[in-house]
Amino acid sequence: MRKLLFILLSGLLSGGIISCGNDGSDGGEESDVIKIGHFASMQGDIATFGQQTNNGMLLAVEEINAAGGVLGKKIELKTEDTRSTTQDAGLAAEKLISQDKVTVLLGEVASSLSLVAAPIAEREKVPMVTPASTNPEVTVDKNGNVRKYVFRVCFIDPFQGKVMAKFAKENLNATRVAILKDNANDYSVGLAKNFQETFVGMGGEIIAEQAYEAKQVDFKSQLTAIKAMNPDAIYVPGYYTEVSLIAEQARDLGITAPLLGGDGWDSPELTKGKFKEALEGCFFSNHYSVEDTTALVKSFTEKYAKMFNGEAPGAMSALGYDAMYIVADAIKRAGSTEAEAVTKAIGETRDFKGITGNITINSQHNAEKSAVVLQIKDGKFTYFATVAP
Amino acid sequence: MSKKNRSYIYLLVGLVAVVGLSFPLEASVNSYDMRIIINIGISMILAASLNLINGFTGQFSLGHAGFMAIGAYTASALTTLVFGSAEGVTQELLFLVVLLAGGITAAIAGLLIGIPSLRLKGDYLAIVTLGFGEIIRVILQNIEPLGGSLGISGIPRYTTFIWTFGILAVLIFISENLMRSTYGRGFLATRDDEIAAESVGVNTTKYKVIAFVIGAFFAGVAGGLYGHYNSLIRPLDFGFLKSVEIVVMVILGGMGSTWGVLLAAALLTYLPEALRKIDLFGVSLSDFRMTIYSLALILLMIFRPQGLLGNFNPKEFAGRFKKNGQSKKSKPAVS
Repeated sequence: MRKLLFILLSGLLSGGIISCGNDGSDGGEESDVIKIGHFASMQGDIATFGQQTNNGMLLAVEEINAAGGVLGKKIELKTEDTRSTTQDAGLAAEKLISQDKVTVLLGEVASSLSLVAAPIAEREKVPMVTPASTNPEVTVDKNGNVRKYVFRVCFIDPFQGKVMAKFAKENLNATRVAILKDNANDYSVGLAKNFQETFVGMGGEIIAEQAYEAKQVDFKSQLTAIKAMNPDAIYVPGYYTEVSLIAEQARDLGITAPLLGGDGWDSPELTKGKFKEALEGCFFSNHYSVEDTTALVKSFTEKYAKMFNGEAPGAMSALGYDAMYIVADAIKRAGSTEAEAVTKAIGETRDFKGITGNITINSQHNAEKSAVVLQIKDGKFTYFATVAP
Repeated sequence: MSKKNRSYIYLLVGLVAVVGLSFPLEASVNSYDMRIIINIGISMILAASLNLINGFTGQFSLGHAGFMAIGAYTASALTTLVFGSAEGVTQELLFLVVLLAGGITAAIAGLLIGIPSLRLKGDYLAIVTLGFGEIIRVILQNIEPLGGSLGISGIPRYTTFIWTFGILAVLIFISENLMRSTYGRGFLATRDDEIAAESVGVNTTKYKVIAFVIGAFFAGVAGGLYGHYNSLIRPLDFGFLKSVEIVVMVILGGMGSTWGVLLAAALLTYLPEALRKIDLFGVSLSDFRMTIYSLALILLMIFRPQGLLGNFNPKEFAGRFKKNGQSKKSKPAVS
């Protein structure tokens, strides 16, 4: 009986493996669709971000196709999962390019995963647009050479760190600030570094620098050390998963200084339930504000909520949406789906009216646009200020 | 022909086959399939090297990703930071040097960890090695010149089919030969009954350390291959989960069965990729691929607890066909 089941199981497995060996290669012929590939963390540590970007893209694709598509063709979005690992990021990007033969590669939120795909896009000469990777190295390699085929539609770490430093100094009149960063996360370390540089340059003082690690749940020792220094504000550029807990424990210890953060805070989970009060009055920099009342943003938030069961779009959704529109716009301007022409057109994007601001791609292949600072009021992210580049 | 000579001929045949296969493969297979094949090769090296420790010597190590990380970082740092501007050296020679350097550094780490901790047994050793793996990850995370948590990026792509499977052939050759030598007997004696082995004068700690060092060396080499293929390495990729992944390959393949472990490494690396493409009743399975992956593991462990090729002996299997069922009664597996 066991033997039989074993044979059956292994037969099933190998059957699956053989049967799927030779599909996907027939896609090259159909010319009535334009294939856009998206490699994203649909599972794993940062799955929320991957799913949000993908939802934003799906909405954009639906709108574009409903309006007649691009160059008379429909857009087809192919999404591949990276499990939030570098190994799978390489596999997903390589599959989309060499097997699905996508016109443009979109992807990753995490910079390290985009950095695995960027050399692949360069080698295969396929344009790649990352919606939310903020590390400078993604578009400009270590030797200072701009990667010809890689672009981004978000601002970069140095800018976001600067924005918050400027904001702390000018709007909050803070002079003594403590930093609490996530050492396991390159994004957090990058933001903290740039915040510190700008803040000290403006005459401020970093009085304490403490670190934690993602998935940690107890931050009391770091917070106690910070409390002893009595800072005006605390910069916590981590992901929302830990920030909620940090805020709660800070308030428990009697720290009243506001917490400041970056776009990693942007998730409905941040202020859920018991965390609502802890984060009241705190600030973070972000790509856009849901509260924006311009017609463009309003119609985006409404359509998004309709398509995804009332969910409010996060910054990642907005960036995914913008990335897809910029690609569609570039293909339209290029007048073809030929890689070189599309790459050139993406690089020539000027003053594109997106959800996350007016986007201009500069010579470093980064998006030049302003950031917004949001304040948490009553558990909601309310618009506070716009900081121009 | 003597047995010793024959095993060298096997190695030669293996290496020639790898080189011979590489040309038609590289011409006909697209770069995605090539990437899967190379990932499978690297997994096979990792699994076969852990098999020396966990399978043959019976020591439960949970820190294999730590050795892989040491090798990957040493090799990648050497290529990008030190040899980045070296001229007049061929790429192949440079790659061989950095891979060896990665392997040797990992082996030294294996020796340093092995000598004190291999006096421990069972669960205790598992905990020490687990701690070791995590310590390596955290240390790497905090070394700024090595990129901190972002890791080393922009590593040139040197790893090819020939490198990966050539090294795998050498590893199989070494581990198969080792098992037929005094050392191999020492490993097995240590695994089967440590007290009995010690009472007849076998220095079990020595054999454990040797297995540990050789395993660590090849894990380090595999790390170097991985870094020079993926172009970026970061501490997060060498965490506890990676160690577990390798342990699962060894257990699933059948502890101590080299061929079973290789088969399991190939299957487990390919399965998540295969699941990307399957549509079942219009629902794409790619969203559930990790669920199915886990399910397959559970089912295999229920129906095949001894591993895929747990009690499988190639010679006996061949004999069964030759003599039409007259083969000897099965003996406990050696390899």
